[in-house]
Amino acid sequence: MEYLIIFLPLIASITSGFFGKYLRFNDFIVSFLILISAILSIFIFYDVIINNYSSNKLIFNWISSGNFIVNWSINVDALTSVMLVVVSLISSIIHFYSIGYMSKDQHKPRFMAYLSLFTFSMLVLITSDNFLQLFFGWEGVGLCSYLLIGFWYHKTAANSAATKAFIVNRVGDFGFAIGIFLIFIFCRTVNFDEVFYLIPSLTNKEIFFLGFEFNLITLICFMLFFGAMGKSAQIFLHTWLPDAMEGPTPVSALIHAATMVTAGVFLIVRCSPIFEYSETALNFITLVGMLTAFFAATVALVQNDIKKIIAYSTCSQLGYMFFAVGVGAYHVAIFHLFTHAFFKALLFLGSGCVIHSFNNEQDIRLMGGVWKKIPYTYILMIIGTLALTGFPFLSGYYSKDAIIESAYFKDSTIGYYAAFTGIGVAFLTSIYSWRLIFKTFHGKYKNKKNSFNKIHESPLIMLLPASILGIGSILTGILFKDLFIGEDNYNFWGNSILFLKNILHSHPPDWLPITIIFLVTVAIPISYYLYIMNEKVLTNFTIKNKKFYNFFLNKWYFDEIYDFIFIKPIKKLGVFFWHKGDVKTIDRFGPDGLAKLVKRISDRSVNFQSGYIYHYAFIMLIGLSILLTYLIVY
Amino acid sequence: MIEIGLGHYLTLGAIIFSIGVLGIFLNRKNVIIILMSIELILLAVNINLVSFSVYLQDIVGQVFVIFILTVAAAEAAIGLAIIVIYYKNKGSINVETINTLKG
Repeated sequence: MEYLIIFLPLIASITSGFFGKYLRFNDFIVSFLILISAILSIFIFYDVIINNYSSNKLIFNWISSGNFIVNWSINVDALTSVMLVVVSLISSIIHFYSIGYMSKDQHKPRFMAYLSLFTFSMLVLITSDNFLQLFFGWEGVGLCSYLLIGFWYHKTAANSAATKAFIVNRVGDFGFAIGIFLIFIFCRTVNFDEVFYLIPSLTNKEIFFLGFEFNLITLICFMLFFGAMGKSAQIFLHTWLPDAMEGPTPVSALIHAATMVTAGVFLIVRCSPIFEYSETALNFITLVGMLTAFFAATVALVQNDIKKIIAYSTCSQLGYMFFAVGVGAYHVAIFHLFTHAFFKALLFLGSGCVIHSFNNEQDIRLMGGVWKKIPYTYILMIIGTLALTGFPFLSGYYSKDAIIESAYFKDSTIGYYAAFTGIGVAFLTSIYSWRLIFKTFHGKYKNKKNSFNKIHESPLIMLLPASILGIGSILTGILFKDLFIGEDNYNFWGNSILFLKNILHSHPPDWLPITIIFLVTVAIPISYYLYIMNEKVLTNFTIKNKKFYNFFLNKWYFDEIYDFIFIKPIKKLGVFFWHKGDVKTIDRFGPDGLAKLVKRISDRSVNFQSGYIYHYAFIMLIGLSILLTYLIVY
Repeated sequence: MIEIGLGHYLTLGAIIFSIGVLGIFLNRKNVIIILMSIELILLAVNINLVSFSVYLQDIVGQVFVIFILTVAAAEAAIGLAIIVIYYKNKGSINVETINTLKG
């Protein structure tokens, strides 16, 4: 069963990639293969819930060198089973959605192949039982992300966004790789079980790194977290995620919202037996998570591209997950990952429907007033928004509340900071999400390119998958709350997550959840007032605070700063080496120089060959005379 | 009265040979002249052969001359035929224009 889950997407990818053009219902075949994988994953998940099922199936022995043994294997435990469901279920839904969304694209087989290859890589990543296989999956999803962002390769913006995503991820992966090297040097193995077994004995080890003395565990954690930051678009390495929205919308939903970007969270939760031994690293993670959540929320407030708003919201929600991890609430982070996958994929699919309805318009300033024309899309978007903002009894409510509460219960300064940042960001999230809804569906119709009558509902093949996600967004919170974060959650998680400290399960003070609910709800009328009823208030406010507005609009000037610090100097250095080093030194004296020399000599010697017989005869005679003279004289 | 000896014959041969050689590469006009010059060179060699044959009292040299003359006649015929064909193709047998061997 496990083998099928992993390899069906690979088979689908190969079929679609090589034979997709010749198969008639290629897209349906691919989608059904993924669907089978999803159904099997649900079986396994069920098995884990009921029987605490866990297994480790060997595919084959990858590296076997002395004591160093690395296997390709499928390792299933509670954590993996949750991820299996998230990845394969969302993936299959999005495959079906893509059939509709990409119906007019002639490169659909290629798209399907990439998408299922992504699913395969992601599944390899989450089922790995060692760091090396995990790294393989990690790079595999990075590659697929690159290919899919740049799917519309004729668009310059898409190409540069793809390259940017790849390069920014390399920065993180560099840290990740160093982390793995460190683990290998000190543990002589990269298999999770053995590493986690050895870690407690290494807690007091100090090593020198870049001239500073570090605690070994802390350093490993920092390096692993560095990789996670790149993949999960945390602040400083987040710049690729908003640009990645250049890819097709199903890609944004699957890769850049639901699955790949959460790989960083997964990595840290998987390595909880390492992270638990480093308080410093956990505090750092909390800090980064907080900063990201806040930063992304403020930027999302003023963006105008529908997909960019949701992208920043993803970034912000990932921040939530990280500070949940940072305060030691790994299970809550995974719970939020689980619910977030549903409602964020739903929001992306919904916005895909909106974009489809508006004939590829993405600017929310050019939308509005269409909620009666596209009621289903509207309802789906409302559900997604309610779930995202944490409206009571929808999925986001349970997970987000749990995160804030566990931060509060951390009972340390950084915990309190995190909790209050969490509350503030929840309010901001609500404001910008409702801004998106109101600007897109309410108010006056502002689009001049498409007439109002042309706005149409998306086809069923797009709405149906989105509806399934809608149901998921409503129900996952209630259904899985007790299982994931309830009092007996240890029974479920088993050995897949390590908690050194016992998580408190006392009830939070009453004011905490009430404040959150109050803020989230009150944000709806506020944003309705600001964005629909009385836009002048906001316009005046932005004019007065132009500097702040521009600061947020330009994403805190991160891109500009990076451009100034890294890109420009490196470009200058590159141009220098290109002009002076390559062209003027190596080429000039190397290949170009030799070629020129040969050409010059041959140009001269060509004159020698006049074509006149009498020249040749003359030379023959002269030669003969010289030869004879030589023979006679000597 | 001067006795005409081997030296005179050889000198004659040398002069004719030189005229032939110079004819090949001083000539800028006509291919037929080149052909004639080649014949001259051949004849100069024949004179040498005959002279030595008489001087050494050996008949073989003269036999060779007969052979060479025969071959030379055939060769001249082939040369002329080539020139005729060449003229048909190019419309000129001016030496200046025959430089298609040029690389």
